[in-house]
Amino acid sequence: MKWKTLDGGWSPYLAGALAGLLAVASAVATTKLMGKTSYLGTSTTFVRAAGMLEGAVAPEHVKNNAYFTKEKVQVDWQFMLVAGILLGAFISARTDRSFKLEAVPPLWAERFGAGVMRRAAFAFLGGVVAMFGVRLADGCPSGHGLSGMMQLSTSGFAALCVFFGMGMVVARLVYGGRRHE
Amino acid sequence: MNEHALGLITGVAFGFLLQKGRVLRFDKQVGAMQLRDMTILKFMLSAILVGMVGFYLLKAAGVITLGHKAMNVGAVVLGGLLFGGGWAVMGYCPGTAVGALGEGRWGAIFAIAGMLAGAALYAELFPMLRTTVLAWKDFGKLGLPETLGLSPWIIIPVFWAIVLALFVWFEKKKL
Repeated sequence: MKWKTLDGGWSPYLAGALAGLLAVASAVATTKLMGKTSYLGTSTTFVRAAGMLEGAVAPEHVKNNAYFTKEKVQVDWQFMLVAGILLGAFISARTDRSFKLEAVPPLWAERFGAGVMRRAAFAFLGGVVAMFGVRLADGCPSGHGLSGMMQLSTSGFAALCVFFGMGMVVARLVYGGRRHE
Repeated sequence: MNEHALGLITGVAFGFLLQKGRVLRFDKQVGAMQLRDMTILKFMLSAILVGMVGFYLLKAAGVITLGHKAMNVGAVVLGGLLFGGGWAVMGYCPGTAVGALGEGRWGAIFAIAGMLAGAALYAELFPMLRTTVLAWKDFGKLGLPETLGLSPWIIIPVFWAIVLALFVWFEKKKL
């Protein structure tokens, strides 16, 4: 097993184990600083960001919405965490020369062509359905998958199995089965 | 240090590791769903192996409190199915879409826009969902130790053994 991959990245086992340590350190730090343990997660931030954008046009509507009220439309710890992911990925990619401006992922282009409009439309639609689902399930692969399974949460194990099972089925329908290269 | 600074620093470290593990790519996410390239599972499961030991040691020491999400059956199953389908088409999960944008894959912006629209749509339908899907059957905030009636110190070693066997298989098959 190599610690570095051919393209200059790190072994996913190493990067993953370090992310595990980060999750543990973060749980301790949030408990000390905020008085309550916060776990890594990202998807609630999309609700808050949507509330902020919608609030710029229709503030009354957002104020009267039960879900926005429940999740509190504000910049909080998790919101900054998501902003940090953007920055951290940028720093890492710039420093190991893996940063690349790319509109259409290679695997998508291979299957459906390099057209940006088609990719944009499907990425948008996929995003709508995925986020609706993730809010219903109350967690994404970070919140349910990582944080939930680390805590041995029953819902985390169940959610990740359903996420991945359905992902496999739909990926097979959309991109075809496993290829042997 | 305040809450915002802590969130930002933690996020930078998390984004850095996600990028170094190369799990932000569409091709890696879809590759895992096609059982062709297990990079994201290697990353996730390695994180989980380390994290679960740390969390349960810290819980035993009284340092942290666990925060299970509710095992609401309709929500987890129906929401999970919708997410899985959308994930396959989009090729990112919420966190990795943001990270992908950070590493220059700017097409992820369409996925992010879609997810913001999806969140707004969910907020609109929430009052209806609260009396239907969300009200079907909620087992509450449970952990596997309660669900299975086993000590976490039995579950964790068993999980480690299963995952390590899986890793050996991934490497043997070059996945």
